[in-house]
Amino acid sequence: MKKIVLMGNPNVGKSVVFSRLTGARVISSNYPGTTVDYTHGRMCLGDEPYEIIDAPGTYSRAPTNKAEEVACEMLARGDVILNVVDATNLERNLLLTLELLETKKPLLIALNLWDEAKTTGIRIDIQALSALLGVPVVPTVALSGEGIRELVDRIPDARPGTRFDLPGDEDKWRQIGSIIKAVQQVSHRHPTPGDRLAAASIRPVTGVPMAVGIILFLFWMVRLLGEGLITFIFNPLFELYRPLITELSNWLGPGILQELLIGRLYDGEIDFIQSMGLLTTGLYVPIAMVLPYITAFYLMLALLEDSGYLPRLSTLSDTLFHRIGMHGYGIVPLFLGLGCNVPGVLATRSLETRKQRFIAATLVCISVPCMAQTAMIFGVLGPYGVGYIAMVFITLMTVYLSAGLVLNRIMVGISPEICLEIPPYRMPSPGIIAKKTWMRVRGFLLEAIPYLFLGVLMVNVLYLAGFLDWLGSLFAPIISGLLGLPPDAATVLLAGFLRKDLAVGMLLPLGLTPAQLVIAVTVLTIYFPCVATFAVLFRELGIRDLACATAIMIGVSLAVGTLLRLILIGV
Amino acid sequence: MGIPLAELSRDQTARITELAGGHEFKRKLRNMGIREGKIVRILAAQPFGGPVVIEVDGRATTIGRGMANGIMVEPVE
Repeated sequence: MKKIVLMGNPNVGKSVVFSRLTGARVISSNYPGTTVDYTHGRMCLGDEPYEIIDAPGTYSRAPTNKAEEVACEMLARGDVILNVVDATNLERNLLLTLELLETKKPLLIALNLWDEAKTTGIRIDIQALSALLGVPVVPTVALSGEGIRELVDRIPDARPGTRFDLPGDEDKWRQIGSIIKAVQQVSHRHPTPGDRLAAASIRPVTGVPMAVGIILFLFWMVRLLGEGLITFIFNPLFELYRPLITELSNWLGPGILQELLIGRLYDGEIDFIQSMGLLTTGLYVPIAMVLPYITAFYLMLALLEDSGYLPRLSTLSDTLFHRIGMHGYGIVPLFLGLGCNVPGVLATRSLETRKQRFIAATLVCISVPCMAQTAMIFGVLGPYGVGYIAMVFITLMTVYLSAGLVLNRIMVGISPEICLEIPPYRMPSPGIIAKKTWMRVRGFLLEAIPYLFLGVLMVNVLYLAGFLDWLGSLFAPIISGLLGLPPDAATVLLAGFLRKDLAVGMLLPLGLTPAQLVIAVTVLTIYFPCVATFAVLFRELGIRDLACATAIMIGVSLAVGTLLRLILIGV
Repeated sequence: MGIPLAELSRDQTARITELAGGHEFKRKLRNMGIREGKIVRILAAQPFGGPVVIEVDGRATTIGRGMANGIMVEPVE
């Protein structure tokens, strides 16, 4: 089967074109570096099937980070190259095009963002460009689907194109200069009020207050939406489910099946959070406690991503991130990690050096609770007041910053300066926002529910086998001696390896004081990532760095846990 | 020979005369469209030695202060 690989500069819309061609769903956003790995898809042209590969963006064939390395590997695998070019930025994009022509592989060009080019006063002579490069050029607006039909029709016309024979970059730029002169006309445009607002959002005096306001608003909206969904939709739903499951519980009667499916009864009643049965807690935690917050968070994240605000936030926070060994782009792994640590760790691929990637990935794992865990922290600590929730998050923020400061000092290697393209602001499209949110929520449901079931099952089986008591006594010196928690909390830490949200929920039956809860959830966040994140961390860092990161996590969790115990409970 | 880009004030316009740095530095900037002969404008400068946001060909790019010091410019107008 012939392979078509999508190549282009970062943030030109390759992933959107890919989705249009294959119907496959991939995440696309308005910031460079959304795609850090390749994705396969299929498409039929007439009777012939094609494999389409979406690659990360790159400015040239000489990679400067891990994501670009992936792009260059994919290029080697392709039989046909579909070069996606940003029509609003033709000149710069043509360098990669000339480099791609050097591969002598059949090529065609999608001149994307065609609508935006027109409104910004850029006119490009398609026929002339196509004639000069010797390959088909099709104007497209991937977001709306305009031009995609024609693009597909032209795929068989892809050809190796003009042989320019330009050995050096200087020669290439000269050639590009003459192409631009021949095909492009730019009419000057006066700044609009929108432009002025856009500029204000990146200047320190106006931009920093705006950034603080936007971040507070986003998290406030997550809380509001999440709570609203729980109160008005999911709790009423589970109240409808309660009579059904109670009936089943009575019918089963006491025994091992009731233990597994329903769990323990409190005063003869099912307690959805504490019962620990597959059909009670196993369903209630992911659906009624976590899902609402996940949905709210991903909706807000999608708005943040698609508006184009993230690169501005990177710019404003760059100085801070340099102190902790990264540069402003480090905010991307942080934000993605607040949803789920797995994409958070993957996003570190867009950072240039090993030092930056190690620090970014370790900090995400150590001090960024995923939304599933955050939702449970809200659920468990909420009844005791916002103060306790704030204690957890302030501690985690302090850990993030101080661990970064220390790692930056002791790690060898360099942290290069930021060099990041700032895309124009774009109005997020409701359809795409809804689709993207659904994709991520669906991903959560497909991954979380099996793991949660497994977690609940494991806890029950190990409990019945008496293993948990043994484990509790084994770790008692640490759990009770250092952290001031009951020995049973060892079980919780074990379950946290499978699912952190489940583990937080398991703290409730232990009857902890609010202070003990604060210590337990903080240690749960820091001590170890969940198994899914751990697997990705292994792939991204390699065994040696993973061992270092793990040692840091365990060390920091014990130190922070002990410190909190001394402050909150006393000796 | 011009002055470093980092010394321009906000909204000032200048022409890039030279990229003073190693091969990698030059390549990276040129690949992003920041090249000799281009007209550049400062959109914003972050305090405490933070990055500078510049506009070339209607496209904004954030670059570190060190990089901005390696871009030599000649103010126009």
